[in-house]
Amino acid sequence: MTVLTVPMAEAGPASLTRRTRVLRRLRRNPLAVVSFVVLALAAVVALLSPWIAPYSVEQTDFGHTFSPPGTPGHVLGTDDLGRDVLSRIMLGARASLEVGLLAVATSLIIGVPLGLAAGYFRAWDAVISRFTDLLLAFPFLIMAVGLAAIRGASLGNAAVAIGIAQIPGVIRVVRSDTLRLKSLDFVAAAVVDGASDLWVLARHILPNATSVILVQATVAIPAAILGEAVLSFLGLGIQPPAPSLGTMLATAQQFAARAPWAAIFPGVVIMILALAFNVFGDALRDALDPKGDR
Amino acid sequence: MTTVESPGAASSVLGAPVLEIRDLSVSFTTEGGTVSAVDRVSLDLAPGEIVGMVGESGCGKSVTAMSIAGLLPSSARISGSVRLRGTELVGTRESVLRRVRGKEIAYIFQEPMTSLNPVLTVGRQIGEVLQVHERMSRPAARARAVELLSLVGIPSASKRVDNYPHQLSGGMRQRVMIAMAVACGPKVLVADEPTTALDVTVQAGILQVLRDLRDRLGTTILIITHDLGVIADVADRVVVMYAGRVVERAQVTDLFAHPLHRYTAGLLSASPTPGKHAGTARLQEIPGLVPVLSSQPDACTFADRCPAADSQCRESAPPLEVVGTGGALAAKDHLAACWHPCPAPRTQPQETDL
Amino acid sequence: MIRYLLRRAWQSALTLLLSTVVVFLGVRALPGDPALALAGEDRSPEALEAIRHHYGLDQPLPLQFAQYVERAVQGDFGVSIRTGTPVSSMLTTALPVTAELSVLAILIAAVLGVGAGVLAAVRRGHPAEWLANGLALVGLSVPHFWLGLLAILYLSVATGLFPASGFVPLLQDPVDNLHHIVLPAVILGTGLAAIIMRQTRSAMLDSLSSDYVRTAKAKGLRPRAVITRHALRNSLIVVVTIVGLQLGGLISGAVVTEQIFGLPGFGKMTIDAVFQRDYPVIQAVVLLTAMAYIVINFFVDLLYSVIDPRIRVTGDPA
Repeated sequence: MTVLTVPMAEAGPASLTRRTRVLRRLRRNPLAVVSFVVLALAAVVALLSPWIAPYSVEQTDFGHTFSPPGTPGHVLGTDDLGRDVLSRIMLGARASLEVGLLAVATSLIIGVPLGLAAGYFRAWDAVISRFTDLLLAFPFLIMAVGLAAIRGASLGNAAVAIGIAQIPGVIRVVRSDTLRLKSLDFVAAAVVDGASDLWVLARHILPNATSVILVQATVAIPAAILGEAVLSFLGLGIQPPAPSLGTMLATAQQFAARAPWAAIFPGVVIMILALAFNVFGDALRDALDPKGDR
Repeated sequence: MTTVESPGAASSVLGAPVLEIRDLSVSFTTEGGTVSAVDRVSLDLAPGEIVGMVGESGCGKSVTAMSIAGLLPSSARISGSVRLRGTELVGTRESVLRRVRGKEIAYIFQEPMTSLNPVLTVGRQIGEVLQVHERMSRPAARARAVELLSLVGIPSASKRVDNYPHQLSGGMRQRVMIAMAVACGPKVLVADEPTTALDVTVQAGILQVLRDLRDRLGTTILIITHDLGVIADVADRVVVMYAGRVVERAQVTDLFAHPLHRYTAGLLSASPTPGKHAGTARLQEIPGLVPVLSSQPDACTFADRCPAADSQCRESAPPLEVVGTGGALAAKDHLAACWHPCPAPRTQPQETDL
Repeated sequence: MIRYLLRRAWQSALTLLLSTVVVFLGVRALPGDPALALAGEDRSPEALEAIRHHYGLDQPLPLQFAQYVERAVQGDFGVSIRTGTPVSSMLTTALPVTAELSVLAILIAAVLGVGAGVLAAVRRGHPAEWLANGLALVGLSVPHFWLGLLAILYLSVATGLFPASGFVPLLQDPVDNLHHIVLPAVILGTGLAAIIMRQTRSAMLDSLSSDYVRTAKAKGLRPRAVITRHALRNSLIVVVTIVGLQLGGLISGAVVTEQIFGLPGFGKMTIDAVFQRDYPVIQAVVLLTAMAYIVINFFVDLLYSVIDPRIRVTGDPA
């Protein structure tokens, strides 16, 4: 590796002020603040759910099946086996977030390097775009069906299927940002100074592409959460009796007329989680948009 | 304060003005506060004359131009008066303005690439104006579009009419813009930096088309540019703007022969002189930048960049009037807003040098 | 134009081939003996041998692949392990249901999404924009199958306005058919509508601030003409792309929607096959989805070149 690269003297303080500016803009946006608070609360509840949930999720009580919400001891009621809906929602939300993060991590780990390569090396671009086309041809549900057929249904397989399906999106945004950054002067200067490609990618392009990656991640997580719910609902994700918002809905569907609350609350929680991520993602994108400067 | 005006310069010669702009002021409300873009601009356009409006970027030239037909965004606050043959346009209903736009007052913009719609043929875009204002049928409008395209000098117009903008060169696109602008025979053509985005060789052709239009159709043209070469080439009269104000107004020959305002003098020495002296002298730049003003001060806004500025310049705004220059007498339609106008005619000694 | 189409055709063909390889290898990766999987009920050694021979499982892998492609092209996807019916005949009954559901959902989503997107862009700062943006965010965040559950619960079961499940073929009774399929289509369309709305809105905001819209205003056109003829026409290019890219999401959504509303389509067939380990069916489903996606996106590209003259003439997307 060469030592002749130009140190990014200006990028340091410039990106620092940029970061504080973005944070300030986020703080001033009430929607950003509200969605962030919701997400922080959800994260705390999910993390602590094994300890703070009022009941064990698998604890059945056949004496109190289908208790309506507001029943003493069961704020959100009980389901067909007398299990506490609130406790199951808490742990279900934990599973949702887990799958969301796992899926997005999968897509980033594979998608970011491929996106960088596609944008930086002309020769790789065509190959990687065929790969992207190929992935796009298998929707996440079909991917999950295939994986379930080969390896059996599980939380991990659901997350991997969703993650793989999200790779093309990551490649697309990282590729276009790499193309943009590559044409900028400081990158050209580093190349002229004899920096190796890997060095340029790692030190100059990747750090500057983090903002688009971050935005992509915030919109991918809610999509993954919804995807997990779908797969679990269909029985292709988390296997009962482990609680998941999707499996709760699948069970509740059979008794929906008798115990609508069991079908309503888990759905509301999925929606709130996804909405909070989407709203925060929008606010983040606005805050990062240089057009909104001044 | 009052500005001493001689409204309607040159109107006695050429008849009643087509367009009268009086005390036009424009300010914008932005997140960062109010920005005053145009300050009490007055200007008359006589039938068939070509008036050049010149100044650096951010002087309020384009804002003035856009405000004539009410094309500014809703964040703009406009006061003053713009009369088209006696009809007031400022504050008029949108439906009235729509009948004026494209029919009475037409525009040409700087970027011919982005100013044309990429997904419609040029014939369709020209024809659209005729369909709206002249109630022409689509085939009739198309046929007229072919005539207009040949009028502005586009070869094999009957083929080009079905082209999309991206199939044409920059110069051709600008000719299409002109054809579109003159389709309904407007009284006034506002050309906002029409040649800035074009090659020099193409520039000359476009300016020739504009001159032809004036000669053949009698169109009044307001041409906005930062290029004094363009002014020297086509304009009859010049208006020099600085920081939202008109600082000098004169016949083209007078202005080039004897700039009065220090800013005009600065602009002239910052541009290569067309003709013999081109390239022989070092160009002077004007130090500093055009200020962005939140309000218009009672002072000369050029004072901070002016070599001749004194306390008077910073304490009261000079009126736009005929100024005495000590010795050489300025023409009676040569106005400047300057407390300390340039003393000597500029070209005389230079000519004798050779 | 020709060059562009040829290039796209070549790329699509390549992707098609690759996806076939992936599915083929995926089938190899299935647990157990593929012959066993293909055998169905009769698992005697002779029957297995016959299957191995029939499907060429005793041949080298590349040859097997060639035969696999050949059979797929002829529409031979084997026989369902559970029912013994040929997979191809199962598909012919299931596909029209899914196709109708999807087309209807796309139509609903396009009308709602483009309408709301234009409204939000044109009425900037008005309550209408706020409402449209909010609805789009909710549409993006709500689990559609849950919306379907609620719809069945409160619209079908409670009021009897719509049938809760079941399907009537279009040709048998068009009115009853629509009655059965309109609610699932609306539910399936909401997510896509939200995505289309957001894309339309941002594309419209871009074109409304463009130079050519300024030109159109300077020509004295009415706001309606400026918006539809100039701004919207350019924005639609973006919308068409989005619909093409979202097709995968739509297929996934259709599977769940069919499951909830009990529509006997492709999705229900898929889910049933997974739980019955009906490998020939799963394989056909995966392969056909990929092929449908690729072929439809090729046609989206064709549509592209109709809308955008820059592609039509020069062969280069803008």
